[in-house]
Amino acid sequence: MLRFFLRRFAVAVAVALTVLTLAFLLTRVSGDLAISIAGPNATAEDVESIRQAYGLNRPVWVQYFDWLGRAVQGDFGESYFFRDRVANLIAARMPVTITLGLVGLAVALVVSLPLGILAAVREGSWVDRAVGLVAMIGQAMPSFWLGLVLMIVFGLQLAWLPISGVDTWDGYILPGIVLAFSAIPSLTRLTRSGMIEALSSDYIRTARAKGLTRLSILVKHGFRNAAIPVVSIAAVQLGFMLGGSVVIETVFALHGVGFLAWESISKNDFPVVQAVVLVLAIIYIGLTLLADLLNALLDPRLRTA
Amino acid sequence: MTALLEVRDLRVTIGSTAAVRGASITVNKGETHCLVGESGCGKSISALSVMGLLPRGSKRETTALRFAGEEIGTYGEKQMERLRGDRMAMIFQEPMTSLNPAYTVGSQMTEVLRRHRGTPRAQAVDRAAELLALVGITAPGLRLGQFPHQLSGGLRQRVMIAMALMCDPELLIADEPTTALDVTVQAQILRLLATLQKDLGLGILLITHDLGVVARIADRVSVMYAGEVVESAPTAALFADPEHPYTRGLLTCVPVPGKVKRGEPLGSIPGVVPRVTPGFTGCGFRDRCSQAHAACAGTIPRQAVADGHELLCTLSPGWGRQAAA
Repeated sequence: MLRFFLRRFAVAVAVALTVLTLAFLLTRVSGDLAISIAGPNATAEDVESIRQAYGLNRPVWVQYFDWLGRAVQGDFGESYFFRDRVANLIAARMPVTITLGLVGLAVALVVSLPLGILAAVREGSWVDRAVGLVAMIGQAMPSFWLGLVLMIVFGLQLAWLPISGVDTWDGYILPGIVLAFSAIPSLTRLTRSGMIEALSSDYIRTARAKGLTRLSILVKHGFRNAAIPVVSIAAVQLGFMLGGSVVIETVFALHGVGFLAWESISKNDFPVVQAVVLVLAIIYIGLTLLADLLNALLDPRLRTA
Repeated sequence: MTALLEVRDLRVTIGSTAAVRGASITVNKGETHCLVGESGCGKSISALSVMGLLPRGSKRETTALRFAGEEIGTYGEKQMERLRGDRMAMIFQEPMTSLNPAYTVGSQMTEVLRRHRGTPRAQAVDRAAELLALVGITAPGLRLGQFPHQLSGGLRQRVMIAMALMCDPELLIADEPTTALDVTVQAQILRLLATLQKDLGLGILLITHDLGVVARIADRVSVMYAGEVVESAPTAALFADPEHPYTRGLLTCVPVPGKVKRGEPLGSIPGVVPRVTPGFTGCGFRDRCSQAHAACAGTIPRQAVADGHELLCTLSPGWGRQAAA
C-alpha cells in the first residue's frame, strides 16, 4: 500500500513538473513578451527597459530555472495589470472557486447516484431509458447556455435566486447546478453500469440467500462495490469542474480563479495566466492522486496487495 | 419420518423455456437428498424456486410447497426474506465469487445473525468463530478479519458453509458445492457436509452431477431430466436397480469398481438436453433414448417400482432385467 502510494506520488510529481515546464514554454513561444507588455504605442527604448526590468534579456534556460525556483515556492511574480502579487490574487479568489466546485460536485452526486441506482434496478424499463435520455440531454447542453436559461427562469422571471455574485450563499445555487450538469451524465452512467454489474454478481445472490433486506442488498452489498469507480471519477470530475468554472464564473460574474483567468487573458497579464493554469493543473493532478488513493482504500484487493 | 421440505408438481417457466415441468421432491428431516442430472435439466432452478430466488421474468407454480409443514408457496418477498438464511440456507457452486469482495469474512458471517436474530456484534463474532472452527478452519480469529481474496477456493467454500449455518437452519440447499474445487478439497467438503448433517440433524438438498458424490453421501436420489424427475429412489435401490433408461445411461458413464471391466469403454449418452417450451408433451428423453417407442410421445405414466422408488417412463419396471435375461 505504501509502495503503491509512493509510486503514484512520484508519477504525480513528474506530471506536475511537465505542466510547469509547458506553462513556461507556452508563454515564451506566444511571441516577444516585452513587446506585448509594452503595448502598441511603446518605443524601442520602452520595450528594452521592460526587458531589463523583467529579466527577459537573460537566456531562456536561466529564466526557466529562475521561474521554476520561485514557482515551487509559491512565488509567481507580480501581475502587470493588478499590480499585486499573483499568489495573493489567486489565494483571494480560490475560496469562491473551491466552494463552487464542491457545490457542483454535491449537486452532481445527489442527482446522479440515485438516478444511476434507479436505472440499474429497473434495467431495460422505461425508467432506465428515461434516465439515459436525461443523461444524454445533459451531456449535449452547453453550460453557458444552460446558465443563461436558468438565470432567465429562476433569476429574472421567478426571481427566486440571485443571477450574479456570491454576496449571499444562495448565489452559489444556480452556478452550482450548471457546473453539476457537466458531471451528471458520466456519473449517472458509471453508477448505472457499476450497479448492473454488481447486482448480477454471485455475491448479491448470496446476500439474497442470506435473507438480507432489499435495502441492505442494494446499498451495502451492491452500491459498495459499484461506488469504487464512481468515487475516483467524482474526484477527477471535481478537477474538471474547478478548471471548467472559467465559463461559469464569467457567466455568473463570480470573482473566482476562473474569472481571474478570463480577465488576465484579456489583459495580456501573462504571469497570472501562467499561474492560474499551473494551480488548476496541480489541483487536478492532486485530485487524480486522491482518486487513486480512494480507490485503493475502498477496494480491499488493492489495499492489502 | 416427517417431511421437512415437500415440493409437489413444481413448474417454472423462464421466458419461453419450461425449465421445470412438474417436479416433486421431498426432503425429510436429517436426510440428504441428491438431485442429479446433466447441466440444463432444471436442478438449480428447482433449488432456487424453493428459496424464492428465481431470476427476474420467471414464473413458478406448485400444487404444494411446504417447509416444516407450512405452505410457503404463497409467501411474499418479506416472508421469504425472513426464512432465507435463518431456517433455510443455500450454498453455491462458485466459492470464488460468492463472497462480497468488499467485506471481511467476519462481517459477512455476522450480518446473517444480526439480521435474523438481532444478535449483538460481539456474540455474533463468537458464533462465527465457533462455526469456522466447526467447518475445519484453523485460526478462525485470523480468518474473520480477512477478505475473501485472501482465501483459497476450498476455504471460501468452508466459509460459505459456516455462514449458511449461522442461524442453525433446518434445511441446507447446496448447489454443486464441490464442482469448482480440486479433487482432494472436494472430498473434504463432502465429508464435512456429511458430518454436519449427522451432528446437526440438517436436511440437505444436494445438487450434483457427480454420481460418485451421490453414492457416498445421499440417502435418497432424484434423477432430473428436461425439467422432470424421471426417477427417484433410496440411494442403494437406485444404484442396484436403475429403471429409467436415462438413469441407466448416467450410470454407465461413470466407472464403478467391480462393475466396469478393464479395457471396456465407458458409456455415453449421445446428444444434449433439449430446450423444452411450454406445451411440450411426452418424454423429454425420447430423442436420445434407445428404448423409445410410439407411446413415448403421449402422457408418461408415473409408476411405483418399489416402496419409495418411483419411475416416470412408459417401460414397465424390471424391463432391463427381462431384456438381459
